[in-house]
Amino acid sequence: MLKLTLLAAAGIARRQPLLAALAAVVPSEVLKPGAALKAGRWAMVIDLRKCLESKDCRDACARACHMEHNVPNIANPQHEVKWIWRERGAHLFPEQLDEFSGAALADQPIPALCNHCANPPCTRVCPTGATFKRTDGIVVMDPHRCIGCRFCMAACPYGSRSFNWEDPRPSLKTVNPEYPTRGKGVVEKCSFCDERLAQGRLPACVEACPRGAMAFGDLRDEQSPVVKLLRENYSIRRMPELGTQPAVYYLVSK
Amino acid sequence: MIDRALIGRGRYQLWLAGWLIPVGVGLACYLFQSAHGLGITGMGRDVIWGFYVAQFTFLVGIAASAVMVVAPFYLHDCREFARIVILGEFLAVTAVILCLLHIFVDLGQPARVLNVLLHPSPGSVMFWDMIVLTGYLGLNLVIAWTTLDCERNATRPPGWIKPLIFLSIPWAVAIHTVTAFLYSGLPGRHLWLTAVVAPRFLATAFSSGPALLVLLCLLLKKAAGFNAGDEGLRRLSHTIVYAMIANLFFIFVECFTAFYSGVPSHRHDLQYLFWGLDGHAVMVPWMWLSLLMAVASIPILLCSIRRGNQRRLALACGLVLISTWIDKGLGFVAGGLAISPMGTVTSYAPTVPELLISLGIYAVGVLLLTLFYRIVLSVRAETESS
Ligand code: SF4
Ligand code: SF4
Repeated sequence: MLKLTLLAAAGIARRQPLLAALAAVVPSEVLKPGAALKAGRWAMVIDLRKCLESKDCRDACARACHMEHNVPNIANPQHEVKWIWRERGAHLFPEQLDEFSGAALADQPIPALCNHCANPPCTRVCPTGATFKRTDGIVVMDPHRCIGCRFCMAACPYGSRSFNWEDPRPSLKTVNPEYPTRGKGVVEKCSFCDERLAQGRLPACVEACPRGAMAFGDLRDEQSPVVKLLRENYSIRRMPELGTQPAVYYLVSK
Repeated sequence: MIDRALIGRGRYQLWLAGWLIPVGVGLACYLFQSAHGLGITGMGRDVIWGFYVAQFTFLVGIAASAVMVVAPFYLHDCREFARIVILGEFLAVTAVILCLLHIFVDLGQPARVLNVLLHPSPGSVMFWDMIVLTGYLGLNLVIAWTTLDCERNATRPPGWIKPLIFLSIPWAVAIHTVTAFLYSGLPGRHLWLTAVVAPRFLATAFSSGPALLVLLCLLLKKAAGFNAGDEGLRRLSHTIVYAMIANLFFIFVECFTAFYSGVPSHRHDLQYLFWGLDGHAVMVPWMWLSLLMAVASIPILLCSIRRGNQRRLALACGLVLISTWIDKGLGFVAGGLAISPMGTVTSYAPTVPELLISLGIYAVGVLLLTLFYRIVLSVRAETESS
């Protein structure tokens, strides 16, 4: 019995018949939370029309993410660590907004996060393999292997990565015991909540957004919400000319 | 042979002891940095590399420049360099050690540095840079030591050393090319994203390295009565002039492309460096000083070659060295990062502990070079007297 549960926890019992058999014998709370969410290529769609309308959310997305992942709140802007934050539209889409189209976005605070690029320059340059792209497209960080050379930060054209210039732990107001804290001298960034996906949950920011402005799903699955949104709406991505192929899409009005 | 390095009169001992002071201060500052993190430097989330990486870049050039004496001497049998070549090789050895130290102090988790070898990532230019730099260090150390030992024993160098010497020639070009690729392969860093980085690095290397070598030879003449040979210095001056002209030409073509095309991203970094951007102009006086020194060094060098005037030669070499140091050791790295991915401008200035750590490393360089040159000179004195 215990053996079977362990097998299930280790994700070995992934084949459906076995899983069904397990479900019959293992008390339901053991398998909780749901089975891992899987995808061919994870992507996020941020509907700016909804997002920017929501004036009273007080950055629910960033607060949820930073609380969950023990991201410190450091006052010195040059030592800041952030996974998702707001940035002026003109900064995010430098050559894409002109005085007519998209002009309204230029001064708006728009959420920015790691784009989980299909062709990520950051992983290419890492000398230790501490940051790498998974087969489902998520670009992850192994803070235990990172030597803190910051080559990945030089390579990321989006400023999505943060370095721990100082020990982040004293700047944590509360610590989420479910997620590791980091030490000084390593790089970190948004992980598309790989730990939540493994438990069958959507990313923290997606869940936290009170307007439902963020959608998350599989680009390879025609039925996924992201594909539907992208087929039906006009979207832009950050600096498409660099060939990085971001997996974060922004829906804007035409 | 190594025992000769420490034997000397009081003045020599005093010189060694004197340079130990900045080494100690640097070490103390490094311990402070280890305890508090890299936040004690002037770097931050925008300018993520600063003084350390810039010194590394400059010093790779100094290391690579040994090829400018090694190639003529061994490939073209250019005898004028007979007395200089070993000095060039030991200079390269020292410079590579300083490069590695500068990279080491820049790491956030230095204790994990071996991860580069434990998890080799052939897709990363930094991995290759580590390989070529340590390889170059080994090559030059073996070559210099073996040839010096043979000189001492009045024997012919062993046959296996020749292939190593020939290998070291393209290897020297490789170290600076790979170092340039650290920068020129990054999307979105527009000062660096240009094919001219590698050729320009080589041009500044082949002017600054020989300039330093000339200055060292002149210094050895004064301090230790070592005569490198006027012909050798003259030939080196030619190398410096041509490399400097090539460097200025590369700066010109880069500026033409950036400003004539008018592409903002391509233009902005150069604008930041030479004119200032959004009110940030700290680099402007430095960059113009560097450019002026580079331009001025050319007629002075030509003049000194013609008249054989060593004072002018020293002045010109000083100008070349300072000009390229500002260019690579200040402007190139901080300039390339000043404009953040968000398009905002951040000026960088190193902090005092950061400078002292770097100074400590340079002091290690002075000590190493002194010891190496001491050995060379004592071997030379011995062979010449017998
Ligand atoms: S946004 Fe930056 S950090 Fe994220 S995958 Fe792309 S290049 Fe890497
Ligand atoms: S800082 Fe860490 S993750 Fe980034 S390139 Fe260096 S070792 Fe890799």
